[in-house]
Amino acid sequence: MADKLRTIQNLEAMQARYVGTGHADTTRYEWVSNIVRDSYASYVGHAPLLSYMAVGMGEPKEKVRAQMIEKMVRGAGNPPETQE
Amino acid sequence: MATTSTMFMYSLTIQPPTAINQAILGQFAGTKEQQIVTASGSKLTIHRPDPTQGKVTPIFSQDAFGIIRSLAAFRLAGSNKDYIIIGSDSGRITVIEYVPSQNRFNRIHLETFGKSGVRRVVPGQYLAVDPKGRACLIASVEKNKLVYVLNRNSQAELTISSPLEAHKPQTLVFTVISLDVGYENPIFAALEVDYAECDQDPTGQAYEEAEKLLVYYELDLGLNHVVRKWADPVDRTATLLFQVPGGADGPSGVLVCAEDNVTYRHSNQDAFRVPIPRRRGATENPERKRCIIAGVMHKMRGAFFFLLQTEDGDLFKVTIEMVEDSKRQLTGEVSRLKIKYFDTVPVASNLLILKSGFLYVASEAGNHHFYQFEKLGDDDEETEYSSDNFSADPSVPYEPVYFHARGAENLNLVDTINSLNPLIDSKVANLTEDDAPQIYTVSGTGARSSFRTLKHGLEVSEIVESELPSVPSAVWTTKLTREDEYDAYIILSFANGTLVLSIGETVEEVTDTGFLSSAPTLAVQQLGEDSLIQIHPRGIRHILVDRRVNEWPAPQHRSIVAAATNERQVAVALSSGEIVYFEMDADGSLAEYDERRQMSGTVTCLSLGEVPEGRMRSAFLAVGCDDSTVRVLSLDPDSTLENKSVQALTAAPSALNIMSMSDSSSGGSTLYLHIGLHSGVYLRTVLDEVTGELSDTRTRFLGSKAVNLFQVSVKGQTAVLALSSRPWLGYSDIQTKGFTLTPLDYVPLEWGWNFSSEQCVEGMVGIQGQNLRIFSIEKLDNNMLQQSIPLSHTPRRLVKHPEQPFFYVIESDNNVLSESTRARLLEDSKARGDDDTELPPDEFGYPRATGHWASCIQIVDPVDAKAVIGSIELEDNEAAVSVATVPFTSQDDETFLVVGTAKDMTVSPPSSGGGFIHIYRFQEDGRELEFIHKTKVDHPPLALLAFQGRLVAGLGSILRVYDLGMKQLLRKCQAPVVPNTIVGLQTQGSRIVVSDVRESVTFVVYKYQENVLIPFVDDSVSRWATSTAMVDYETVAGGDKFGNIWLVRCPKKISDEADEEGSGAHLIHERGYLHGTPNRVELMAHVYTQDIPTSLHKAQLVAGGRDILVWTGFHGTVGMLVPFVSREDVDFFQNLEMNLAAQNPPIAGRDHLIYRSYYAPVKGVIDGDLCETYFLLPNDMKMMIAGDLDRSVREIERKISDMRTRVAY
Repeated sequence: MADKLRTIQNLEAMQARYVGTGHADTTRYEWVSNIVRDSYASYVGHAPLLSYMAVGMGEPKEKVRAQMIEKMVRGAGNPPETQE
Repeated sequence: MATTSTMFMYSLTIQPPTAINQAILGQFAGTKEQQIVTASGSKLTIHRPDPTQGKVTPIFSQDAFGIIRSLAAFRLAGSNKDYIIIGSDSGRITVIEYVPSQNRFNRIHLETFGKSGVRRVVPGQYLAVDPKGRACLIASVEKNKLVYVLNRNSQAELTISSPLEAHKPQTLVFTVISLDVGYENPIFAALEVDYAECDQDPTGQAYEEAEKLLVYYELDLGLNHVVRKWADPVDRTATLLFQVPGGADGPSGVLVCAEDNVTYRHSNQDAFRVPIPRRRGATENPERKRCIIAGVMHKMRGAFFFLLQTEDGDLFKVTIEMVEDSKRQLTGEVSRLKIKYFDTVPVASNLLILKSGFLYVASEAGNHHFYQFEKLGDDDEETEYSSDNFSADPSVPYEPVYFHARGAENLNLVDTINSLNPLIDSKVANLTEDDAPQIYTVSGTGARSSFRTLKHGLEVSEIVESELPSVPSAVWTTKLTREDEYDAYIILSFANGTLVLSIGETVEEVTDTGFLSSAPTLAVQQLGEDSLIQIHPRGIRHILVDRRVNEWPAPQHRSIVAAATNERQVAVALSSGEIVYFEMDADGSLAEYDERRQMSGTVTCLSLGEVPEGRMRSAFLAVGCDDSTVRVLSLDPDSTLENKSVQALTAAPSALNIMSMSDSSSGGSTLYLHIGLHSGVYLRTVLDEVTGELSDTRTRFLGSKAVNLFQVSVKGQTAVLALSSRPWLGYSDIQTKGFTLTPLDYVPLEWGWNFSSEQCVEGMVGIQGQNLRIFSIEKLDNNMLQQSIPLSHTPRRLVKHPEQPFFYVIESDNNVLSESTRARLLEDSKARGDDDTELPPDEFGYPRATGHWASCIQIVDPVDAKAVIGSIELEDNEAAVSVATVPFTSQDDETFLVVGTAKDMTVSPPSSGGGFIHIYRFQEDGRELEFIHKTKVDHPPLALLAFQGRLVAGLGSILRVYDLGMKQLLRKCQAPVVPNTIVGLQTQGSRIVVSDVRESVTFVVYKYQENVLIPFVDDSVSRWATSTAMVDYETVAGGDKFGNIWLVRCPKKISDEADEEGSGAHLIHERGYLHGTPNRVELMAHVYTQDIPTSLHKAQLVAGGRDILVWTGFHGTVGMLVPFVSREDVDFFQNLEMNLAAQNPPIAGRDHLIYRSYYAPVKGVIDGDLCETYFLLPNDMKMMIAGDLDRSVREIERKISDMRTRVAY
């Protein structure tokens, strides 16, 4: 029993520390939101990727960077209506 | 996955990335002088801006083997040296310093705080340092912020605290800066959006109402604790913050830059807002709002200002006025914010203002610029807009304000630094009939795009070129006395005489010099204190200072054939094969050594080294004979003219030169014997200073003519000028000190000599045919020469004419008005009688409009005209996306230019109104293009390829074969071959390699009889392919958008089966495997390069070199992969790599192996860039590694440098 408790505690600590760590009840929406946000954060963090997109879009890097972070606010769109 | 492979490649960078992600300014050397530190990719470079010459030169560059994401400079109170903090992908904070005495970066602190890699919640993206150097904040895009307290211990060493957390979950950070608060508790300001509610609200209302907050984090130094001190909503579109000086200098606070406005904010002050002026002009959309994308604050004595840049490149000067009290003293309370147009410079990723009055613009695309301030725009005509007329409330609308862009008035461009970023496509070809091919690239964006030719060579600046009465055979310069600083005479030897010219204000002939003018000359030397000698075939003339002449005549029936001299010794070889040796005695006269040495064959060349400092003589005489040997003779008084060592050669030596050069292996300088052969081969061997033994011979083929060697001085170092069918310079690399041999970008010379005068201290004089040329070499740090031709829009692809030296570049710019629309708008405005001048687009960019495309095809002649010789604009919002030259069998094999276009394309998310394939006929040998017809297709043709006399096009996921008809293209056959979108095509035989935007490569076979396309093998990993090249019939090399290079191979059996005779029924009926083709390719090699590969070529880069894989990266990298031949070499380099990574770990704390395995484990690739860091190590570490590998330092260095020089530069 103690072991199980510890596992749960560890998991919770992990989830608090590393955003996006899943759990048994992760919904599709949460999962997709995480992927979307991780992707945008990665585009912003990798300079060649950001400028590659900026040249493709014909915008300056700084504007594309701001747009990407703005899209992170949105994540995967509105959450689904809860059924309760 | 096994990381060993049967195939091994050596990955090496020929030219590091030139894009600057981050640039900072500081006094890193601890002197008053400011330096610039830049991060480009994984490279950290320190540059020295020279205010007197107005130039920026790199001093030192180090590969961090990690992604450098942010940089910051800081200084501890009371210190005069700036340190550098690096935010990287290592999950660690790194503090380094620049050590000027060693010219190296030195790591001081490395503190781990999180996982490695570029992740959403691992800090490293943002970095802010308190202006007083007391604390720094390192933050991630989401949630995490760590504050480190910086301090010094009793030994005045920098200390760093454990991190203090200022995390806020579900909060996104747009930017972080530090506030200038004087000596109060450090405060950091961040722009944040909390998305917690957006994720909970299904109606989307919370998202609509989400606020952007300006948040202050205060570090309480007393409590050692960070608090979220203040948060206030700002404009939702705000993206950037700028620090406003505080303490005694100003009001403190921040400038918040949002779309269309800039606001001053501080916790204890009112807000002030000014709009960003918009451009006025016939072609400008008056509704378009601008954003600030870069900026810089500059503090001067008692004043400060901001230069903020919009996406058009316009700089605005922003100033803050403060309230004055009754005694006209500033109170620190802000009264208004003012903005006015300053000048226009290229769109920057970083702006830096130097104390010496320069502006450094690290451009986002194209060359970096260095400007000098002429004035600060204080009293010009520009309208200044003040915050008095605008409400500070972001929700209150206002009337937009406008300005007229104009030419630069305040800034003067003094230097441009070449940058290939973004490098979009390239070709390797030899168009100039040189012995080595050139790399042709297209790079840049918008009107600052360029077509560049890259060539291996050193830049030469010519000072004088003058024609002589007849063809001279040799030239020397000499000074008159030992103390002279500059040369006094130029001596020219002709077939039947000698001409002496004096160097002064003008160069003129002199006759009373004592030189014999009726015979050719073999050597000239300034001897002893103040005498000269001239060696001619009949004897030696010793000219004393009072013009008295002592003549030593050559023995009867013999003449002098070769001579070697230095300031104390003379050696001559007679036609009989005897060597006569002279030494200067105490009274300054030449004394002949009583014995003559008889050589076995005819002597072709001689060399004496220079007299070493503090010695009486050079200890060795090198003698080259026509029996293909070089002998080293001793000149020691005890063993004069005795044999020391012999080197056998492959051909007769044509030139010898003993010289002392700096050397990386020993750390000091080493004596070298340079040997040039009649066959055009050049050898360099180490000459042991004690024993005279020859060792460590390195060979290089220079050209088709006999090599001639001369000692010259370039940038303060001794270098060797080697002349063959082209001139070469051998010198020690500035950074690695390794010996480098680079061709000069100059005419072939027959003779060269050092030249030093008041105007040109380190020059060279040379003979080319009947011309005398004086030239100098200014730069040794760059051995890639660039020649640039401006293009009009962002280039997308280029192709070469199949026979002629012309390139066809397709160009397109998104959100830019096309030329015809611009012309129409200007026409309209003219009709209205308005101002109709159009701004030059290369400085001001093109007028922008959402949804519009400007696109054209340009014909470039890089060889003769060195310009764009033709241009075709595309109409109807079409944008060119692909190009190919295709010979059509149905048209008697006539080659046509085929261009694919997309109509009304949007890039993200990808969509378009279909596409077209245009056909052009080459006219005038390709100098002009004639439009034939265009065919509408339902998807943009992103890839085109000539295939068996027809055209194959990738349209979405469909591969289609076309033939040329009279009115349009005719479909011949098609097949859906990839899951998403075809972006690239390669072919060999009847095989087509198709690359997909997301799903790597698929091999397709075309069955001629059945007229079917059958995909038969694809990849098990989704690689977002950017470019591919077929290495052989089974193997494909490719690059992806995440910065990996990989080689995949189709298994031999499957490859053979696909090409079996017959219908291919067995291929069609074979069952697919996991929704793909029946078979999978095997991964052969994989490496992470960081930069996105944009083109790959299998090519040779040097004459006689092997085929290698050359690749170009988006940020301007040029790299190569060299296949290993022997397994032994692989083992050696693997061991070396392991040793280096362990003994000299990367500076930013990233593990080298994990870095190269960023997305997938590195496989079959040795990192040559890491191996080359061996040159930069201190000597004891070199010895230690050499000990571990059971080899000598010299051997290791030789192996490393051979890997590069055998195949490339």
